Amino acid sequence: MNKELRRVSVLVLLMFLALFTSSSIIQVFQQDELAANPFNARTLYDSFSAERGSILVDGIAIANSVPVDDEYSYQREYSNGPLYAAVTGYFTLDQGTTGIEGELNDFLSGTASEQFLDRVNAILTGQNPQGAAVQVTIDPAVQQAAWDALGDLKGSVVAIDPTTGAILAMVSTPSFDPNDLASHNSSVVIDNYTELLNDTDDPLINRAISGDLYHPGSTFKLIVAAAALESGEYTPDSELPNPRTITLPESSSVVSNSGGGACGGGDTVTIADALRLSCNVPFAELGQELGYEAIAAQAARFGFGDESISVPMSVTPSIFPQTESEAQLMLSSFGQANVRVTPLEMAMVSGAIATGGTQMLPTLVDKIVAPDLSIVQALEPQVYGTPLSSETAALMRDMMINNVASGAASNATITGVDVAGKTGTAQNGEGEPYTLWFTGFAPADNPQVAVAVVVEDGGGLGQSGFGNTVAAPIAKKVIEAVLNR
Amino acid sequence: MTSPDTATRPPLTTTIRLRLRQPARRRNIELGMLLLAIAINGVALGLVQIGALGRIGGTMLALGAGLGILVLAVHVALRVVAPDADPFVLPIATVLNGIGIAGITRIDIAKELVGWDASGVRQIAWSAIAIIIAFAVLLLIRNHRVLLRYRYVIGLAALILLLLPLVPGLGRPVNGAYVWISVGGLSFQPGEIGKILLAVFFAGYLVTARDSLSLVGRTILGIRFPRARDLGPILVVWMFAMVVLIGQRDLGTSLLYFGLFLVMLYVATGRPSWIILGMLLFVGGAFAASRLFTYVGNRFTAWLDAFNPEYADDQSYQLVQGIFGLANGGLLGTGLGRGRPDIVPLAESDFIMATLGEELGLIGLFAILCLYLLFVSRGFRIGFTGQDDFGRLLGVGVSFVVALQVFIVIGGVTRVIPLTGLTTPFLAAGGSSLVANWIIVALLLRLSDSVRSQPRWVVVPS
Repeated sequence: MNKELRRVSVLVLLMFLALFTSSSIIQVFQQDELAANPFNARTLYDSFSAERGSILVDGIAIANSVPVDDEYSYQREYSNGPLYAAVTGYFTLDQGTTGIEGELNDFLSGTASEQFLDRVNAILTGQNPQGAAVQVTIDPAVQQAAWDALGDLKGSVVAIDPTTGAILAMVSTPSFDPNDLASHNSSVVIDNYTELLNDTDDPLINRAISGDLYHPGSTFKLIVAAAALESGEYTPDSELPNPRTITLPESSSVVSNSGGGACGGGDTVTIADALRLSCNVPFAELGQELGYEAIAAQAARFGFGDESISVPMSVTPSIFPQTESEAQLMLSSFGQANVRVTPLEMAMVSGAIATGGTQMLPTLVDKIVAPDLSIVQALEPQVYGTPLSSETAALMRDMMINNVASGAASNATITGVDVAGKTGTAQNGEGEPYTLWFTGFAPADNPQVAVAVVVEDGGGLGQSGFGNTVAAPIAKKVIEAVLNR
Repeated sequence: MTSPDTATRPPLTTTIRLRLRQPARRRNIELGMLLLAIAINGVALGLVQIGALGRIGGTMLALGAGLGILVLAVHVALRVVAPDADPFVLPIATVLNGIGIAGITRIDIAKELVGWDASGVRQIAWSAIAIIIAFAVLLLIRNHRVLLRYRYVIGLAALILLLLPLVPGLGRPVNGAYVWISVGGLSFQPGEIGKILLAVFFAGYLVTARDSLSLVGRTILGIRFPRARDLGPILVVWMFAMVVLIGQRDLGTSLLYFGLFLVMLYVATGRPSWIILGMLLFVGGAFAASRLFTYVGNRFTAWLDAFNPEYADDQSYQLVQGIFGLANGGLLGTGLGRGRPDIVPLAESDFIMATLGEELGLIGLFAILCLYLLFVSRGFRIGFTGQDDFGRLLGVGVSFVVALQVFIVIGGVTRVIPLTGLTTPFLAAGGSSLVANWIIVALLLRLSDSVRSQPRWVVVPS
């Protein structure tokens, strides 16, 4: 009987071993995976009832958790909701989260793996779990200037520090108040959410990095010019034929310059002048001469088509689409046809020219600070790439200075400061209002800010609004805000 | 011849004083561990209240203290009625019972249940009743061999109890399983008492019938298989298990009875062929049932494909939520009173392990499993060292039934096997389960006392 008993003992041990194993798998090895399961209500409850970390701008909370007496213990509050909505995003009970609230939820709620020891500490000392605070790179003065300058216009402003990639301002209008979605009353949230969702102006979309993207218009000439100079076959003084109009190959469509006349007086025009006066015909010719591959490669080096860029919200890739058609290529060369960009991408293009060819990876995260004030993560500027040589960058910069000083971007002029820039007035189809652009940087010799401004619907002026009249003054105010710091 | 040093030699005989003393070492060990167990229980209950309420409620602690006194009274009585009983059994049962009360109270607080509505209060009352019944069993059954005489009566009683939930109007489905009966508002799981009676019956039957079950038969592939006519008993028990599986819709209960029988049969006869035959029969039967009856099949799907969005909000909701709870606890647990175990349906009974696993973490769950393992090993000790085969078999039977039940329940919660309607011994809320498991405690105490592994009296020099 003892032999059998020993065997049964082994059986019992094996049964318990199975339990030890299964519980270890659930409680340790699959813990993160299970916490992320969409059916797991605990994760949601916890992220609401933890003292969620604040989102800070220059040390002042723009989003913080205030104790309340309900099942979630804490209520999220946004001190200046609409102004920072493009940055913070929203944080709802059951309609998802966006922005920094969504992307850095692990840190804010204190569940990131980097905060494991803090959690252990909280358990041992019996304290409530606390999330880490996220300080964003936004400069409140610049953000406010961008917000005020855009006013009631529909559009977006992105300002970055070209040397670090830190995003100084990110505004998208019309905006929304994330407080409307932070209520713990589900039906209130759903009502407000539905209302925002059904708004034809799409206030929930962060126009700076996502949405339907924009035609870049003439701002795309920067990329074509860079491609030309990088090819080694062109200089700013290279001459291009200067007809009043040009008929696209295999088509009856005619391209003309925005003024309707030739570009300057001569039979030929230099690349520098074509850029300064923002002429379409010479750039259509230049694009045709360069060919699709050269422009596409230059665009890709600037970050077009890259799905991996995140700030940490992921940025919709800008598009320079594959085309076999020369007509399409020529239209694309001045930012029409199917070219689409985000304002952030255009700011990155200006940033790369500003730094002499080095493009920094843009980010909103300055630092993440644990409840005990230790730094969990700090901004380390990262180089995204070198889309153009320092020689090309210098030539581009000089051309862009002339654009502002004596060209089509004159409304961005700031006394005593060299501003480099490029305007754009993109067409969106027959009778549709224009999309108005400005991108540039300043001061040209010691750049502190690279900016991109986009205004939809022609700034309310239909087809009589221009980049220089609507977008350039906005950019000017943003640049001034940076320079006045 | 005389030696010169004769005078200095000690005398060949001398007077030594001897005293007979009854060794009380085992009971003293028990007392020490009982006090520790009671202290752990008090601290656990207090922590639950501090963690979930932020203050200590005096009533629950006072009731708990009352239970502690009751257990200490049992200990004092053991010094007289079963002085050689195993010293570990009572403290383990006490600490498990107490941790269970703490876990149940945790759920009561979350659901804001107080007074008689609170499962924790009722659990304390049931614990008192169960301990008193166990004490009565200890006093009534002074010699376990009495049970051998009534084995067929006991077997019949077990059969009736186990089949009661199938009686129309009496059975009440919980979680789709018909293992409860409801009479006049009082619910009871007759299978809990039934499993003990079954163990007694099996032990009695096998002790008398094992020779014919083990000695004759034909050898195939080196394993001796029984004669066809000796297959009767195993087939009867198998059919019975299948009736339970299909009728009560509960794989766990069915597995518990059949597993108990197989193991006792194997221990009694020493024939592995019984195990092989039995396992084939059971697996075959369960497989056929899962194909033939959709509700049995559904339980398998909800187990195998628990996280499928189609089931996770429906059939496997409880299982999945329990697993989320365990994962939320992680290695260290959220701390008593600080998790969210109340999200899981039946967190105080069927899913008490998910509750405790969430708040005490993997460490706490391991500790509880180790306590069970120790409890079972004390029962097996009787099997190894006992003097009579009936007692040995009974000791193994009742402790194996605890081990198997723990495996089935916790295995169900942690997705090792399909979820069942059984209760976690000592921990889960429920009177029938408590009474049954405390009777097992009484039986193990009685059986271990009869083992006499040490002398009744020792000679001590004074």
